[in-house]
Amino acid sequence: MDYKPAKGYDGSKWVGWATFAKVFKDADFIRSLRNSLVFNIMDLLVGFPMPIILALILNELRYPRFKKVTQTILYLPHFLSWAIIGSVAYQMFKPSTGMINIVLQNLGLIETGIPFLTEKYHWAVTYLLIGVWQGMGWGTIIYLAAITGISGELYEAAMIDGAGRWKRMWYITLPGIKGTVVTLLIMNLGRIMGSNFERLDIFGNTQVREFQYQLAIYIYEKGLGNAQFSMSTAVGLFQSLVGLILVLLADRVAKALGEDGLL
Amino acid sequence: MAKKKDEVVRGAEVSSDGNRAINKFRFGDAVMMLVLVILCLTCVLPFVHLAAKSISSNSAVLAKSVFLWPKDVTLDAYTSLFKDGSMVYSMGYSVVVTAIFTLLGMIACTCAAYPLSKKRLKGRTFFTFLLMFPMYFSAGLIPSYLLVKSLHLLDTMWVLILPLIYSPYNMLIMKTFFQSSIPDSLEESAFLDGATNIQILTKIVIPLSKPIMATLSLFYAVGRWNAYADNKYYIKTDTLKMVQYKLYQMVASATEAQTTTLSEAAAVTSTPEVLQAASVMFVTIPIICIYPFLQKYFVKGVMVGAVKG
Repeated sequence: MDYKPAKGYDGSKWVGWATFAKVFKDADFIRSLRNSLVFNIMDLLVGFPMPIILALILNELRYPRFKKVTQTILYLPHFLSWAIIGSVAYQMFKPSTGMINIVLQNLGLIETGIPFLTEKYHWAVTYLLIGVWQGMGWGTIIYLAAITGISGELYEAAMIDGAGRWKRMWYITLPGIKGTVVTLLIMNLGRIMGSNFERLDIFGNTQVREFQYQLAIYIYEKGLGNAQFSMSTAVGLFQSLVGLILVLLADRVAKALGEDGLL
Repeated sequence: MAKKKDEVVRGAEVSSDGNRAINKFRFGDAVMMLVLVILCLTCVLPFVHLAAKSISSNSAVLAKSVFLWPKDVTLDAYTSLFKDGSMVYSMGYSVVVTAIFTLLGMIACTCAAYPLSKKRLKGRTFFTFLLMFPMYFSAGLIPSYLLVKSLHLLDTMWVLILPLIYSPYNMLIMKTFFQSSIPDSLEESAFLDGATNIQILTKIVIPLSKPIMATLSLFYAVGRWNAYADNKYYIKTDTLKMVQYKLYQMVASATEAQTTTLSEAAAVTSTPEVLQAASVMFVTIPIICIYPFLQKYFVKGVMVGAVKG
């Protein structure tokens, strides 16, 4: 805490890397870093393919009206705040009064309510799935746009050659949107350090703190809660820097592999 | 440009008709439609459940017999919500904040995007880099907090408005649109007729960009409307908090009640489930009502952004 906000930069003592050294020895930081990485990687693994699959399915639909209604409904979660999603989730998932638990109990599938949001492993799954659910519909827009850009002649030629629907999907649609997939993957890699504070905050409670304690929470609690400005800022800076470096690296790799890249 | 798009779309339709002639409805179609229907239900049913809960009687909810259809219909929860007034007040307050934010945001965004879309601007690359940089790198929470504090914005309405009015992402979309859709020749001829830069912007460019302006206003408005974290960071006074934060507080207090009392029966009686459901519906209904009409603008915005984003 050598940086005194009131004194500004000139009045504060220069401490070099001391704060960073302290941060990297901080057990709380290590824990939050580990949680952030684990959860964001899982988010990427589960959440990234989902919009691609959905876009492929939507593209195959033959009934325009059905397609339109589905899209409208699937985009909806993107427009709801985490406060709304959180309160809906609690109403659905509470062990005693949540609808899902009541239904499962009435069906005789479970004896006592499943602690979806109050036991850490259940919480982890619920948290991830809600994240995927929130973003899946919206994520399809870009892929659908990319798919419309693929020339119809390719499909015709493939059909004449006897390629079935799956073959066409695999050999024409997927290669056709490869560039878009790579671009979005790069953008998502940049987010692997950061996490959405609101999403973590709304689903936080004492029982799941062990998993919920991620970098965004660390920065908030250390910084605004305990007024450890230096440490919190160092972590924030570290987070942003690693994110930036990851994007640049991924962009290089994509270009080396012959894709367009992002920058 | 638009004509070309039409042709592409028509082309796609023709080929999909061709598909239909060759492939009949197959097992695969049924599976895919089933998957989509299930996913849609996960988006709709929770809200149906909440709506049903919010207009059911307390006892029916406590008896756990309300699922997707209300029981003993009553509007008590909504009446008490309106009588209490704090939710209604913060709703109105949120509307005001969002409106000011959107207006200022659009002005800031246009002021950045228009000059940057012009090749004749000196130092264009430098300014573009400078203004796009925040999209890839940000200093983080504490520096923003200290800045806001030094500007004496803490605990005022303006802290919810000013820090975020410039958005690099929206600026990029607007700049891309200006560059791709407004011909340079139009501007040149106006220039020859003696129009100034400001006149060209207000009389020619903005009227021609109405669709993208609508889209970006919506991006701004929805972003502001939904965010609550900055309420938590910067604001202490209750009357200055937006409605999403009120909802968040309600959830937080309910979960705390549930986690501290180990016996679940106590938690059930201490959390006014119906009232919470009514509050959620109260905040959500406006969005659900306007959303289907605005959705196409959002999609358009994402498409423009995807060109270079």
